[in-house]
Amino acid sequence: MKRHGDVLVFAENNDGKVHPVSYELLGKGRELADSLGVDLNAVLLGWRMEDEAFELIYRGADKVFLYDHPSLEEFDVIRYTRNIVKMVRETKPDIFLVGATRIGRTLAPRIAAALRTGLTADCVDLKLDEEGNLVQVRPAFSGNIMAQIVTKTRPQMATVRYKVMKMPERDAGREGEIIRTKVDVIEETGMRIVEKTRADEVEIAEADVIVSGGRGLKRPEDFSLLEELASLLGGVVGSSRPLVDAGWISKDHQVGFSGNTVKPRVYIACGISGSPQHLFGMRDSDIIIAVNKDPTAPIFNVSDYGVVGDLYEFIPLLIREVKRLIGGGQE
Amino acid sequence: MINQLNIIVLLKQVPDIEKVKFDFKTGRIDRSSAEAVINPFDLNALEAAVEIKEKVGARITAISMGPKTAEASLRDAIARGADNAILLTDKRFAGADTLATSYTLACAIRKVGSYDLVICGEKTIDGDTAQVGPEVAEFLGVPHVAYVEEIREVKRDRILVKSKMGRNYYIIELKFPGLITVTKDVNTPRLPSLKDKIRSRKAEITVWNADSFSDLADERYFGAAGSPTTVAKVYVPKAERRKGKIFRGDLERAAKEIATVLREAHVIR
Ligand SMILES: Cc1cc2nc3c(=O)[nH]c(=O)nc-3n(C[C@H](O)[C@H](O)[C@H](O)COP(=O)(O)OP(=O)(O)OC[C@H]3O[C@@H](n4cnc5c(N)ncnc54)[C@H](O)[C@@H]3O)c2cc1C
Ligand SMILES: Nc1ncnc2c1ncn2[C@@H]1O[C@H](COP(=O)(O)O)[C@@H](O)[C@H]1O
Repeated sequence: MKRHGDVLVFAENNDGKVHPVSYELLGKGRELADSLGVDLNAVLLGWRMEDEAFELIYRGADKVFLYDHPSLEEFDVIRYTRNIVKMVRETKPDIFLVGATRIGRTLAPRIAAALRTGLTADCVDLKLDEEGNLVQVRPAFSGNIMAQIVTKTRPQMATVRYKVMKMPERDAGREGEIIRTKVDVIEETGMRIVEKTRADEVEIAEADVIVSGGRGLKRPEDFSLLEELASLLGGVVGSSRPLVDAGWISKDHQVGFSGNTVKPRVYIACGISGSPQHLFGMRDSDIIIAVNKDPTAPIFNVSDYGVVGDLYEFIPLLIREVKRLIGGGQE
Repeated sequence: MINQLNIIVLLKQVPDIEKVKFDFKTGRIDRSSAEAVINPFDLNALEAAVEIKEKVGARITAISMGPKTAEASLRDAIARGADNAILLTDKRFAGADTLATSYTLACAIRKVGSYDLVICGEKTIDGDTAQVGPEVAEFLGVPHVAYVEEIREVKRDRILVKSKMGRNYYIIELKFPGLITVTKDVNTPRLPSLKDKIRSRKAEITVWNADSFSDLADERYFGAAGSPTTVAKVYVPKAERRKGKIFRGDLERAAKEIATVLREAHVIR
């Protein structure tokens, strides 16, 4: 039987904390490594990240290659690329997974080009074929079709979408090895962070529940109705584009082709017709509920539950029912 | 007045996403069903270059790799403000994945010679990988900033850009030569005037094939042969089959049932 190389996961450092997508990848990576009979390793770069390195072991890593140095505190694509490329050349993994976040999608292509290996973007599923090759599943053409992609070079690299893989259990008793690796310090990279500010925006892409409003809303103030429902469900408010363009709500709430792509557990579309550009951004949601006066609205074609009616009548009724369930009241 | 900058814009011709038809049996795209246009995100890349040109002076070269028909998109780019355009077209380039595409584009940029800034769109609507920009930067050995939402300042030897990553906004100074990929937020592309459209009809489009930069490239890395990834299978996802339960009339009952659905989805806390 052919010997395989290990599975490697990039542990993304977000302001000193590992991004949850990296844990999800350790969950998937564990499955792949066990099937192949190899180790699951993680690579973590940053400054004072020792505690986080242990977290990676608790979530399934066998070895953590830790690059701890002040020059790596903030993400710099050149510094990250050079150190990781060297590590990959030395350890020769078969599979290398990176979260499809902005940082991951900035970094992974540079590493892939430096290693002259294939990279599959934004995967939603990963499996192995009979020979142990990685089969990478990704949506193409705004989700209308799915493609299975295989890579003939090694490592087989993929970026994987956040919130599609299961989060593995944390096991604080798990043991593993932390390998403190010598950092190649690169002084001049051609880039310099001049200013960093925290974006106090809604992280709509990470919400479990989104209650979105469209042109069926009559006044900007009416978003408060949707907000009430959203907050009862621990979610956030979304919007179709016309209301963003009209200045009723900020752009970070926009769902769709030119806004955010979201995949919540529940998406509630209120007074949204379901244009292709809107569907582009939300059609992968687990459960889609639509409220619209017009029974022919295209949004109903992609909905699990459709309510033909006036949102101003229905949403208050739904709020009442949800409150009743929160109260634990039977009937 | 600073010396004129040399800016390269990479743009791809894609089928119009709003009109293109799919063969749902084979999962193939019927490219003849829709007009080919410049990838929408690449219009933002081009507009960014044109705005820099208006402010500080620049010479803009648009480069596209694709079939001979992609000449139309390069003509459109000239109407929108590019000074010259290069089409990379050759059977040997066909079937390229992002690595082979980036390699080929990087070779062409080297062939062009001196450049200060390369601007790409965030992603293409057909490939949808957002990989080509960063891969080109790596092949060229220059730094890059992706997801640029704002261009703050342009100097002779550097640019100041704003990008969002993780939960933060970063203002980053990028020295030339460098590459940026821009999001849709960076600007609003203008429409070309009729006069510019007419003018662009006569513009000359440079056409290069694999031999045009054979001195700089290794042919084995072009096209399908140079592509490590292959599509093993394409299919229509069946997840699109939704329950599709419709409630009409009795909104009270609808509210009760949907509240139950929400509870079963564990989103009622
Ligand atoms: C390049 C491009 C990019 C785009 N990007 C996006 C994007 O990112 N996101 C996006 O959303 N759009 C986008 N659009 C716009 C898109 O094409 C549609 O115009 C938009 O999504 C329509 O928004 P809507 O559904 O809110 O409005 P409409 O289409 O006007 O629909 C309003 C709906 O509300 C219903 N309604 C009215 N009153 C009530 C009531 N009291 N109760 C219940 N229902 C009611 C009506 O029956 C109707 O179906 C884009 C367009 C282009 C060309
Ligand atoms: N064939 C091509 N010719 C020129 N530029 C391209 C080509 N493919 C991709 N690009 C550039 O790379 C960006 C990202 O593309 P992609 O990786 O396909 O999502 C695009 O927005 C273009 O700027």
